[in-house]
Amino acid sequence: MVPLNWYILLSAVVFTIGVFGFLSRRNIIIMFMSIELMLNAVNISLISFSHYLQDMRGQILAFFVIAVAASEAAIGLAIVIALFRNKATAHVDDIHEMHG
Amino acid sequence: MKYYLLIPFLPLAAFLINILLGKEALRDKAHWPSCLAIIGSFVISVMTLFDVIHGKIINEDLYTWIVSGKFSVSIGFLIDQLTAVMLIVVTGVGSLIHIYAIGYMHGDKGYYRFFSYLSLFVFFMLMLVTANNFLQLYVGWEGVGLCSYFLIGFWYEKKSAADAGKKAFIVNRFGDFGFALGIFMIFLTFGTIHYVPVFAGVKNFVGHSVIFLGYEVDLITLIALLLFCGAVGKSAQIPLHVWLPDAMEGPTPVSALIHAATMVTAGVFMVARCNSIFSLSPVAMNVVAIIGAVTSLFAATIAIVQNDIKRIIAYSTLSHLGMMFVACGVGAYAAGVFHLYTHAFFKALLFLCAGSVIHAVHSNDIQGMGGLKKYMPLTYITMFIGALSAGGVPGLAGFFSKDEIIWSAFASGTNVGTFVWIMVTCVAFFTPFYSFRMIFLTFHGKFRGTHEQEHHLHESPKVMTMPLMLLAVGAIAVGWVGITPLLGGGAHFTEFLKPVVGHPEFHGTHAQEWGIMGLSTTIALSGLVIATVFYLVKTEIPVRLAKNFSAIYRILFNKYYVDELYSFTIVRPTLWIAKNILVGFTDAKIIEGIVNGVPRSIGKFSGMLRKVQTGLVHHYAIIMAAGAFFIIALAMLLR
Repeated sequence: MVPLNWYILLSAVVFTIGVFGFLSRRNIIIMFMSIELMLNAVNISLISFSHYLQDMRGQILAFFVIAVAASEAAIGLAIVIALFRNKATAHVDDIHEMHG
Repeated sequence: MKYYLLIPFLPLAAFLINILLGKEALRDKAHWPSCLAIIGSFVISVMTLFDVIHGKIINEDLYTWIVSGKFSVSIGFLIDQLTAVMLIVVTGVGSLIHIYAIGYMHGDKGYYRFFSYLSLFVFFMLMLVTANNFLQLYVGWEGVGLCSYFLIGFWYEKKSAADAGKKAFIVNRFGDFGFALGIFMIFLTFGTIHYVPVFAGVKNFVGHSVIFLGYEVDLITLIALLLFCGAVGKSAQIPLHVWLPDAMEGPTPVSALIHAATMVTAGVFMVARCNSIFSLSPVAMNVVAIIGAVTSLFAATIAIVQNDIKRIIAYSTLSHLGMMFVACGVGAYAAGVFHLYTHAFFKALLFLCAGSVIHAVHSNDIQGMGGLKKYMPLTYITMFIGALSAGGVPGLAGFFSKDEIIWSAFASGTNVGTFVWIMVTCVAFFTPFYSFRMIFLTFHGKFRGTHEQEHHLHESPKVMTMPLMLLAVGAIAVGWVGITPLLGGGAHFTEFLKPVVGHPEFHGTHAQEWGIMGLSTTIALSGLVIATVFYLVKTEIPVRLAKNFSAIYRILFNKYYVDELYSFTIVRPTLWIAKNILVGFTDAKIIEGIVNGVPRSIGKFSGMLRKVQTGLVHHYAIIMAAGAFFIIALAMLLR
């Protein structure tokens, strides 16, 4: 059997890559991809625990996460398209009118 | 059924009806609720008087009003002999004045407002006299002061009237401050402010002393003097007399009702009611008597040179009030109340007649009158009767009450008593003098006004002359219930009040009593005779006297410059402090500083805080990530 630690490590590494990608990239689409990465990392963790604890609940929760990720991606991309139509840029630094 | 409750509450109902419905619905019929209410109160007061004569005294607590720790006050009514007399005075004379006012205020655009204020005033006055505790007395006290302000400043568009209303209320406040302190002292001493326990328990505190402003003073004297402060303000004694002459700016029925018959007598009523307290403090009694006597003589000397017909009568009121306090100060409270009762009739009569004259001539200045007796015979006759009564001519009401006071002052036997007796006897000379000066200059001789005015001279309508005639009958006859035993009377009045106010000790023989009566009568008649000589026969004498003694004349004409003195020492500094210190510094700098400064500093702080919102998404992302990281770290560490 693959030891549990490896799956947890994998999940953590993917999540960290997602976080760094989200924080450091300037392109909105790339930032969305990083969000999806983070969500999938969590899915990995859920599934592995579900397998090792022989409990179905982890897999069921993973389904929920996938559904939410999908809907969030849909709406997020719709917003990006609306934004792009107004500002003609995907560079996040150029979108800063709502400031104090 | 507690029908005595109708006595104050009928006028209150009339007030509410008039003030709520008067402007639209009642307009020039607004006199109906007020007049019906007060006549109703009068009828019930008469019934109550008969009850009291047969010994049925009412002292009931109706409703527990305030309970706070050890302090407990109920709304309660005390109707004993003293209250019964006051009820008759207030509602009886008040009814006649209400009827008179129907004619006098006819056509005035504030007609309904006038009658609503009159009814409110009657309500408060009746609450004052029927109270059975000091707080209810104070409520009535303040209420009549308030209504006095409303009514003096009734024609509020006239600046002098508005100022006079303010002056009356503010000067009254000084007295009320002392009065309130007195009530506080009473509560501290007795633990209650209801009359019956206080008056019963006063004698236990004789000789007690208390520290007041660093000095040790006798407790009862302190209470009595503080209570007397209120009387000084309300009854316009020196030094708080300055508001009464200015109060003549109000309509004449107001002057008659409030500043002659009822409100100003509240002080005398209060002193008589608290006679148990005053009698145990010789110092306070002397103060009362001396202030009364000084005010009396002071006002009488001013009255002899005034030219405004209402002001002459106003100073006459001051003088008579002083005499009432002289009576109380020498222990003859019944005599003081007797004079209050007769004075209400003849003084209201004089004021209403003056109103009748003013109504015809449209001016208050007696130098612009004269010869009115052929145009206004009824007013002339009734005013003549009023002056006879005021002057103390034998046979009329004023004579009996005034004589009682003079005799009480002489017979008290003390030095103060003798001193005030001398002063009151001097006043007995001036009173008929200025009263008849007024009559002769107004009604005799030739008319000194303009042709315009002469064409309009007419007798007043019946609604105004009927009360005059009834009051004239009163001015003659109401004193007959109190004729002293010396002249064969039964002194019913004094006997009637004895259970409430007691009886003073008289140190005098019958022979002395005859002598004093003869002396004061002679002096009064000589005043009358000299007035006749000066103003009817040899009219150039007063003019020459005024020219030769011009300094004295000026001082008297300017009322001893008291108003100017007060203006200089009190009014102007207060206004200066208000404008420069309170408004200029405290309000503009400190309060505005806080009110503006707090928002400004909040604004600056928010200005610093809002810089966090940069609008850049990755800044928000970093903050979110950092926050999440910290929370997880914290959770792990604390586990």
